[in-house]
Amino acid sequence: MKRIILFTFLLCANYMVFAGGYRVALQGNKQLAMGHTGVAVLNSAETVFFNPAGMAFLNNRFSASVGANFIFSNISFQNTEFGWSSEADNPVSTPFNAYVAYQVNDWLSVGLGAYTPYGSSVEYPENWEGSHLIQKIELASIFIQPTVAIKLHDKMSIGGGPIFVTGNVNFNRNLDRSLSDLEGNRSNVTIDKSGINAWGYSLGMLFRPTEKWNIGVNYRSEIEMDAENGSADFQNVPSGLQGQFADGTFNASLPLPAELTVGTSYQINDKWLVAFDFNRVYWDSYDSLNLSFSNGLQSTNPRNYKNSSTYRFGVQYVANDQFTLRGGYYFDESPVQEGYFAPETPRNDSDNFTGGLTFNVNSRFAIDASFLYIHFEEVDASYDYHPESNGQTSSFGGTYKNNAFIPGLSVSYKF
Amino acid sequence: MKRTLYILSSTVLFFACEPEFKNPVDEPGTYTSGDADFSNYVAVGNSLTAGYSDGTVYLQAQKNSYPSIMAKQFSLAGGGNFNQPLVNDNIGGLTLSGQVVSNTRMVLDYSNPASPTPVNLNETPTTNVSDILEGPFNNMGVPGAKIYHLVANGYGNIANFPAAANPYFIRMASNSDASVLEDALEQEPSFFSLWIGNNDILGYATSGGTGTNQTGNLDPQTYGSSDITDPTLFAGIYNSLLEGLTANGAKGAVANLPDITAIPFFTTVPYNAIPMDAATAQQVNQAYAQYNGGLQLAYAGGFISAEELQKRTIQFSAGQNAVVILDETLTDLSALNPEFRNLRQATEEDLILLTTSSVLGTLADPNNPSSVIGVGVPLNDSQVLIDAEVEEVVNAQIAYNTTIAGLADQYNLAYIDTKSKLNQLSNEGIDFNGGIVTNVYASGGGFSLDGVHPTSRGYAILANTFIEAINAKFNANIPVVEPGNYPTVFIK
Repeated sequence: MKRIILFTFLLCANYMVFAGGYRVALQGNKQLAMGHTGVAVLNSAETVFFNPAGMAFLNNRFSASVGANFIFSNISFQNTEFGWSSEADNPVSTPFNAYVAYQVNDWLSVGLGAYTPYGSSVEYPENWEGSHLIQKIELASIFIQPTVAIKLHDKMSIGGGPIFVTGNVNFNRNLDRSLSDLEGNRSNVTIDKSGINAWGYSLGMLFRPTEKWNIGVNYRSEIEMDAENGSADFQNVPSGLQGQFADGTFNASLPLPAELTVGTSYQINDKWLVAFDFNRVYWDSYDSLNLSFSNGLQSTNPRNYKNSSTYRFGVQYVANDQFTLRGGYYFDESPVQEGYFAPETPRNDSDNFTGGLTFNVNSRFAIDASFLYIHFEEVDASYDYHPESNGQTSSFGGTYKNNAFIPGLSVSYKF
Repeated sequence: MKRTLYILSSTVLFFACEPEFKNPVDEPGTYTSGDADFSNYVAVGNSLTAGYSDGTVYLQAQKNSYPSIMAKQFSLAGGGNFNQPLVNDNIGGLTLSGQVVSNTRMVLDYSNPASPTPVNLNETPTTNVSDILEGPFNNMGVPGAKIYHLVANGYGNIANFPAAANPYFIRMASNSDASVLEDALEQEPSFFSLWIGNNDILGYATSGGTGTNQTGNLDPQTYGSSDITDPTLFAGIYNSLLEGLTANGAKGAVANLPDITAIPFFTTVPYNAIPMDAATAQQVNQAYAQYNGGLQLAYAGGFISAEELQKRTIQFSAGQNAVVILDETLTDLSALNPEFRNLRQATEEDLILLTTSSVLGTLADPNNPSSVIGVGVPLNDSQVLIDAEVEEVVNAQIAYNTTIAGLADQYNLAYIDTKSKLNQLSNEGIDFNGGIVTNVYASGGGFSLDGVHPTSRGYAILANTFIEAINAKFNANIPVVEPGNYPTVFIK
């Protein structure tokens, strides 16, 4: 039955999975409700993502969970110097996750995870002031991770597995700040590529100094998504320039950065558990987004991201047999450096508040709900490195304010 | 479970919450109009005010007329709707009774990418002069209008076309007898801009000085389209325009007149546009030997001064050579010899018209290899604005500008120094975010393909110049616009 649920989710793959940014930390509603901690939490099959080694110590022989989140994200932009104001109308997106973990014997566990940790879905008004940087992006990836965990002894386990990634991208922007056809329709380009495949891996280790105290480490490798021979469609190009901007193909490459998590959890008593995680995301691999087109055009978009950290805190309270309540907070540091604040991922540091609960329908079947509110301070920022055809660079910026409301729902099953 | 649903449904209420700024620019309070009131802005002027570009008026250019750009910014501080007499299309040009009376817009033809060529769009205009639009129009810019046209009744009467009526004003006049000023005043503007007088010198200049300098003649009824308007007449009408426009207490802005030497129509073709090798130069010199010899005799006979002898002596050499022109101000020597012509070679002080570039260096007579225009055949009066004519233009411009500056002061108006701005554009260029705008023809970004009127980017820079002066004068804080977001020349 779990298989069927999992399978159904994968079949629904003509969704628009991702949203809200580019790293989307929504890999399980139980853990999300606890501030998306989990590298040292032994709650459910969600550990397949959070720490593969955790499978070895799950209380049930079989655990599975399937969930999704609904991202309602907003970006407001304004520029006081010019009196501009625009709001991105981002489509609601629904990242999902599905995990199954099975203890084969007392030292070996196997599992499978499918989740969507990177993606973006942003849509600005047509021909808005920053339309030469982005009008619309849909970026999605699905990670599929077969996993094994080995219990080395009562206090330690290791786990890991290869990750198969399949992703797609669709991106549109105007060619520059003013080029149009004779009717004034702005010249623009849409690039599209689906079925971008790549491989990576996840490794984890869990150490249990006591029955109540867990320490976990998880490392997920960088995965380079190489889009080759995607389609490039140039629209509203003056006929005299159609040679220069001929439709064709494009190549580009986008890194999904490596991520290291260390964390700990402590079972205070039967009811209370607290957890802390520290994430380090190695964003410095994203130094430039370069596109090369079959018509000879090169597009260089410096990004110059820096490695960033996230500090997570979560708490769990078992109210009774039926209800478990969770809450959390995390501070998410932006990888964007000053002067590189591009409107396709206009993220500054954020405060994230989470909450949720589990309702146990019976001893095997449960429903998890979570809610995440992402709060960004308004920020004056700009992207200063947009190359112009004359060899100079132009700057685009103003004041940005984002927020996101993300409810989520899962079902889980264990025996 | 119910609780879950409750939480979910209550959170749905939050999802529509757009993030709010502390000081939202799209709400009142961020920008203020100061002592001015932009609720009903009316712009009065000529082609520049109408948004004329690339040799005509077309929709895209109208959208980016400087008053339209300003009105959009004014709307952030109480500015109202800004109605323009829009044409039908992006083809440009006008028709009347099935005849094309004004040509289509100019675009760059890239069929040979190595040498993009300005061409008129090969389509038929669909804007008919006799289709009268329903006004009133905040943009009272009338292409071709000179200062005295603004107060001329019947300037919009189709029965007077083409002699004493303007096809653009015919389309927008409230009635056939109305003047431009009357239609502007009828709207009781709370704020106005006035930029007029350019054509009062430009008509003469772009004709190569074929018209008459009417200084001393106060009757515009007797003026031709290529004449220079008398500065006293100019001052009188300018004063009455401002009297009318400020009568109800309206604040406003006036702009002075830029130098013609700032615009590519007069600066693109150099005076020494003739490349030549030594052998050809020798041939040409032999052909002019008789003329030069005649000059020596005329000098020896005391008919011309040594200075004129030197000025008129024609001499070609290897390299770039000055163009041969006719100069009607030279001493007429035809009494000595009926074939003695008023020839000389151009100097830096003479301005060869942009339109001359299409004939310069070509054969006047295809069967006569020595009839190269600018070498064997001189440029005529309508192809070059000679130094003496430039001086007439400059003198009139100085007089007009003195009037405008004085009246701006007298009526307590914002004074927009477009002369300095366009000189900056032509001398060092004007920097903007990501580029620089210059007055280089076609590629400089400031001027459209007609060589006289700005591009949308050029108009954006002008709008900023207006806005800055208005802010300073009236303690307003209207935001400027980003020139880089406005187009330059269009490619076919």
